[in-house]
Amino acid sequence: MRRLTWFNATSLTLGFAFLYLPMLILIIYSFNESKLVTVWAGFSTRWYGELLRDEAFIDAALVTLRVAVASSTIATVLGTMAALVLVRAGRFPGRTLFSGMIYAPLVMPEVITGLSLLLLFIGIGLDRGILTIILAHTTFSMAFVAVVVSSRLMSFDRSLEEAALDLGCSPFDAFRLVTLPIIAPAVISGWLLAFTLSLDDLVIASFTAGPSATTLPIKIWSSIRLGVSPEINALSTIMIGIVAVGVITASLVTKRASLRQQAEERAAAQQA
Amino acid sequence: MRRFALIALPYAWLLALFLVPFGIVLKISLSDIALAIPPYTPTLDPGAGWAGLKAFLSQLDFENFVFLTSDDLYWKAYLSSLQIAVIATFLTLLVGYPIAYGMANAPDHWRPTLMMLVILPFWTSFLIRVYSWMGILSTEGYLNQLLIGMGLISEPLTILNTPVAVYIGIVYTYLPFMILPIYSTLERMDGSLLEAAEDLGCSRLTAFWLVTVPLSKNGIVAGCFLVFIPTIGEFVIPSLLGGSRTLMIGKVLWEEFFNNRDWPVASAVAVVLLLILIIPIILFQRNEQKQRETEG
Repeated sequence: MRRLTWFNATSLTLGFAFLYLPMLILIIYSFNESKLVTVWAGFSTRWYGELLRDEAFIDAALVTLRVAVASSTIATVLGTMAALVLVRAGRFPGRTLFSGMIYAPLVMPEVITGLSLLLLFIGIGLDRGILTIILAHTTFSMAFVAVVVSSRLMSFDRSLEEAALDLGCSPFDAFRLVTLPIIAPAVISGWLLAFTLSLDDLVIASFTAGPSATTLPIKIWSSIRLGVSPEINALSTIMIGIVAVGVITASLVTKRASLRQQAEERAAAQQA
Repeated sequence: MRRFALIALPYAWLLALFLVPFGIVLKISLSDIALAIPPYTPTLDPGAGWAGLKAFLSQLDFENFVFLTSDDLYWKAYLSSLQIAVIATFLTLLVGYPIAYGMANAPDHWRPTLMMLVILPFWTSFLIRVYSWMGILSTEGYLNQLLIGMGLISEPLTILNTPVAVYIGIVYTYLPFMILPIYSTLERMDGSLLEAAEDLGCSRLTAFWLVTVPLSKNGIVAGCFLVFIPTIGEFVIPSLLGGSRTLMIGKVLWEEFFNNRDWPVASAVAVVLLLILIIPIILFQRNEQKQRETEG
């Protein structure tokens, strides 16, 4: 059954070429000497130098990182709580509304989320800046954390936690010592997902950021509105590189962890 | 008590930053544009109780919604968003299915790597992935250079700032959302069913149509919804690749808000967009639920 026919090989090759060629071209042309981005004029790291000297970009990158770290951390706490409520809390008044509000941001067009939050911030007189972007990003990314964590919680063997309670743990200790280590991989991927979503977001940040806070996507957006720019090519290459290293490292780490877990389970099975 | 706190904190957050903002959008969509900032009136005064509510209700008007129907721009933008989303979803399926199929039939030890290769672009900035096509598709871009260099065309093609570029952008950025659900249904498929079909005299192609495609239906439906729903309200792709000729409602909303500063109309556009989206979202959730039930 698992045979690599010419058809499958062709579709995989073409498919991955389609997915990766545009990014590859971007990376190659980021080392282009010429300011005319579509004409190759020799190898140069000139645009990286210009990018690193451009304070507006550095500032925007710092704002983006601060927003992403803060919003993904709050979103992970709230999203994990929401997942516990969805999977564990049973029935309570307003449960339908709660799960509706958890899942809705997943499918909500960003223009609507951005518009509605902006109108709220103006309505309550909150000055737009880093704080409002953090609030906005937390709200939409906690939904993603909740979905990731709740799928892990659903497959979790509850008797482990009950055993801890029987053995005298307080509910909080049982959560901290038993549940949390088991759902930790999902919580970490939830955090990473929230972090990436925040780094990446243009639309919601554009609505909720005031003139005092410019994030990297907003800065990129204003540079590329009028066409391709060599500095943005350099910036894209750096961002693609960071993501590639991160994803490859993460997949190697999880692979090793799952191998170790398999080995432990095998050892335990032998002892039993 | 602890349970109450666990529920109350995320609940309060979502009420304040998700539900209340929607209430405001709905309210503003029913307001008149005014010169003051914030540019809307009337306000609901909760302190005035029933009388305040009555005064508020009497001031509401549906003018903005009437305005949406009277101006061609809006309903054309809704229709064109739907049309672009339908066509783009279909194209993504055409491109994504063979890739998912190839992945599901690849040797076992390749699959984690192939999986990672599909997920990697998903973690890469959406904006940058859309941007990468600007250099390829522009008149003096790499694609035209290549085609002219190969002698296939003599005049550069105009692709950037046309709907074709929007389709390419959507297929490119949403492809992982189509591949992953289809791959997960194909991967779990029992290969002996295909062998049985072939033993019973089906050609490989007939077996594919009669066995593989129906069995991967859940993945196809989920993938199509995952592409279709976000595409309708898409803003970045039509703005960067579509030019002024491509009309999509997300872009109209953005321009209504930022360029025309007409908040009531922008809010009315958002409310109608949400009403349009409710149908596919409900269908999608039904499909997911059905799938969970058949699996569980």
